[in-house]
Amino acid sequence: MAETAVSRFTPNSSPTISATNEAAEANMPLLRFLTCGSVDDGKSTLIGRMLYDCQLVHDDTLEALENESRSYGTTGREIDLALLVDGLQAEREQGITIDVAYRYFATSKRKFIVADTPGHEQYTRNMVTGASSADLAIILVDARKGVITQTRRHSCIAHLLGIKHIVLAINKMDLAGFDQTRFAEIESNYRTFAAELGLTNITAIPISALDGDNISSLSVRTPWYRGPALLQHLESVVVDSSIASAPLRMPVQWVCRPDLDFRGYAGTIQAGSVSVGDRITVLPAGRSTQVASIVTYDGDLERATVGDAVVLTLADEIDVSRGDVICAADVRAEVADQFAADIVWMSERPLMRGRPYILRCGQQSTVCQISELKHKINVETLEHTAGREMELNAIGLCNLSLSKPIVFDTYADNREAGGFILIDRLTNETVGAGMIRFALRRAHNIHWQAVDIDKHQRAAMKGQKACCIWFTGLSGSGKSTVANLLEKRLHALGRHTYILDGDNVRHGLNRDLGFTESDRVENIRRVAEVARLMVDAGLLTLVSFISPFRAERRLARERFEDSEFFELFVDTPLEICETRDPKGLYRKARAGEIANFTGISSPYEAPENPELRLQGGTLAPEALVDEIIRTLEMKGIIDKH
Amino acid sequence: MRNTGHLRDLESEAIHIFREVAGQFERPVMMYSIGKDSSVLLHLALKSFYPAKPPFPLLHVDTGWKFREMIAFRDNVAHRYGLELIVHMNQEGIEQGIGPISHGSALHTDVMKTQGLRRALEKYRFDAAIGGARRDEEKSRAKERIFSHRTADHRWDPKQQRPELWHLYNGRLAPGENMRVFPLSNWTERDVWDYIAQEEIPIVPLYLAAPRPIVERDGALIMVDDNRLPLKPGEIPQQRMVRFRTLGCYPLTGAIVSEATTVEEIIAELEASRTSERQGRVIDRDQSGSMEKKKEEGYF
Repeated sequence: MAETAVSRFTPNSSPTISATNEAAEANMPLLRFLTCGSVDDGKSTLIGRMLYDCQLVHDDTLEALENESRSYGTTGREIDLALLVDGLQAEREQGITIDVAYRYFATSKRKFIVADTPGHEQYTRNMVTGASSADLAIILVDARKGVITQTRRHSCIAHLLGIKHIVLAINKMDLAGFDQTRFAEIESNYRTFAAELGLTNITAIPISALDGDNISSLSVRTPWYRGPALLQHLESVVVDSSIASAPLRMPVQWVCRPDLDFRGYAGTIQAGSVSVGDRITVLPAGRSTQVASIVTYDGDLERATVGDAVVLTLADEIDVSRGDVICAADVRAEVADQFAADIVWMSERPLMRGRPYILRCGQQSTVCQISELKHKINVETLEHTAGREMELNAIGLCNLSLSKPIVFDTYADNREAGGFILIDRLTNETVGAGMIRFALRRAHNIHWQAVDIDKHQRAAMKGQKACCIWFTGLSGSGKSTVANLLEKRLHALGRHTYILDGDNVRHGLNRDLGFTESDRVENIRRVAEVARLMVDAGLLTLVSFISPFRAERRLARERFEDSEFFELFVDTPLEICETRDPKGLYRKARAGEIANFTGISSPYEAPENPELRLQGGTLAPEALVDEIIRTLEMKGIIDKH
Repeated sequence: MRNTGHLRDLESEAIHIFREVAGQFERPVMMYSIGKDSSVLLHLALKSFYPAKPPFPLLHVDTGWKFREMIAFRDNVAHRYGLELIVHMNQEGIEQGIGPISHGSALHTDVMKTQGLRRALEKYRFDAAIGGARRDEEKSRAKERIFSHRTADHRWDPKQQRPELWHLYNGRLAPGENMRVFPLSNWTERDVWDYIAQEEIPIVPLYLAAPRPIVERDGALIMVDDNRLPLKPGEIPQQRMVRFRTLGCYPLTGAIVSEATTVEEIIAELEASRTSERQGRVIDRDQSGSMEKKKEEGYF
């Protein structure tokens, strides 16, 4: 039976492109655009109107819509076009759009993808998501209200995400009497503000989304308006094509090895073009060769351009793997492990300086830290403010430090090669987005100073193996007591030791830090660094810190080699710690006199796989030390005796 | 000559997504449901990895109630391209004798499709399942991500979706979790047909109009594909010129009256059409938001 299907598609009976598909015939590329505005501005109504005017609303959908309009509609008089686009049921009931929704429609000239994103401040992350792939933004303004703070926020985000084409859709002109003076006033206000941002390509159009004025055709109610109707403008706008003439970039997604004779590199041309015989360089390694062939399912090509998904084979056998970037040999991308970037924070848990995140840029993935938060940006006033952490929807300029160099271009030059996401290492959520501004020079110029004596030699001189013994547990769990006893025991065994104690370190090195979550992260980062230096110096280093967060203990662990780090969890139940209360802190915390107190008003994340779990509530300190000594003997840190 | 219009843009995007799946996951699989979207998906998979074969098997979650022509087409396709095809039927469902007629569409779909899919993913420990769903199919799908995360118990949480920026897809998973991946997210029904025409992609003949034995029930035209469909008193199948816009379990799939016997005629018909694609699906009708509910429970 399948043969029947095949035979129906012989070339005779099937033209390559349907004669009726005018959008395809016109050969216009897709236009991806974003609509910005709030429910009140009529954003969903505008999209509904465009779909309706393009006759994309089917009879059964319309019928369902009439039913829904009676239950959820806000227009009162007729079918509510906004309901066409408000997707999830929860949103429909609340009358707001929460997430990014994508809509598709086509006119006879062009096909469109609309990212419909919510307007309120708490949904900045959604607008940023929609804007990342858009070439144009429609910014909706209510003609009665004019340019408001929200308009500024939308424009700022559109600009930040590299959108060059703005349509200022001045809506509800029906409620402003189609007044030309009002329109001109709003347009002029907007242009002044947009110029400050650097947005220049602006088309202002007076519309009524509800009634359809100047949407698909020019309205008789605005005879003074000389520009195009909205859809005419969208059909004809030519979006920036500079990426097509930029130097070649093709990130390698997958290595294609069907047999021993073929080795090709699969990817999409991200910038520029490539021809057979072109000189290319593979970054970050930096080896150069020529393109031998451009392979596709539809036959080999002589040349491929931006947007083509191809497989390249190379003249010389060089080592190329996923994440490498094939570049024009004469204009290479940058390679650096430190750079400055604008970051948009997308998680409920704030971004913290010093906390490790996974950075993904193209097909490259590495661990990174925010080394400095230079300033946060107020997207309404464009003012810069200082801060230690970034909360949900905050935007800030940061310096990042990566655990290995990545290949990139600046975001201004190439959105795909300069945009990255940050991923939480524990939850795997995408928690932030970033746009690279520039590589930090120090990344190029500061190299590790190699020294001739290493830590093993230093430790050997002391007749020992160096390690870090990290005690974690609640306040009052007995960490300091046990650590103190352990050091005495090690000292008696002739070992060279040092104790870093939480309270003591806060009197000096960390006296500038408080007890907020971000300060606690920085506290641990510094202590981990000091402990690492001490292990490097050959010492048995005991660290006694509450260290409540898994992510930071993991960060500490990663500063050491596997055999050098011992996480000891002093597992004493909260009730017992609270009864002991050696410093009277629990009492104060319960009375509300101490904020952010671990176990009471700030969480303690217990270790999942510590090297040793000590029953601090049931065993005496001496017995716990015996247990630690046995573990250290077993691990070969100290000799059995 | 290569097309430079929007079909090329959509094709490149889909190929990019396929390659990301191959690059990011250990054990991917492609859901193959035999419909037109699956045909397009398979064609794109072949393009994505050429000259190699797609580095994953095809999986068909069979309910036992598919049209006979679909099954024949499926077996032929797997054979022709030399691809591994896994056919999975929910054994529990078979043992309990679950069927669309005896148990109703909701229970049948849940047990044989939703549960069947879960069992299959668990059995083979697939960490990514590529599917042909499109955002234009239904309102709740409009917000689904291209890489759509599923918890270890296969639930989709519309409030906890990972933001997708640029063409960066976060495929990181905790043990037991899996990802559903939708390369055709940005395609419309029209794009699918235009692409089938342009690329001359084979499809199940049921999409094309032909005289078929039909009974009319609650306004839906149901094809009597075999003798398991009990006829009501006085009900006599009529030969009618019909075709199907979507294909599923035959007792649950309504045909439309049509004269379109070629893909070009289908496109012309689509142009003039005033009803949306999923209208023929009995399962979507019960209430507004019903697809959203099914998806949260793990329906594809």
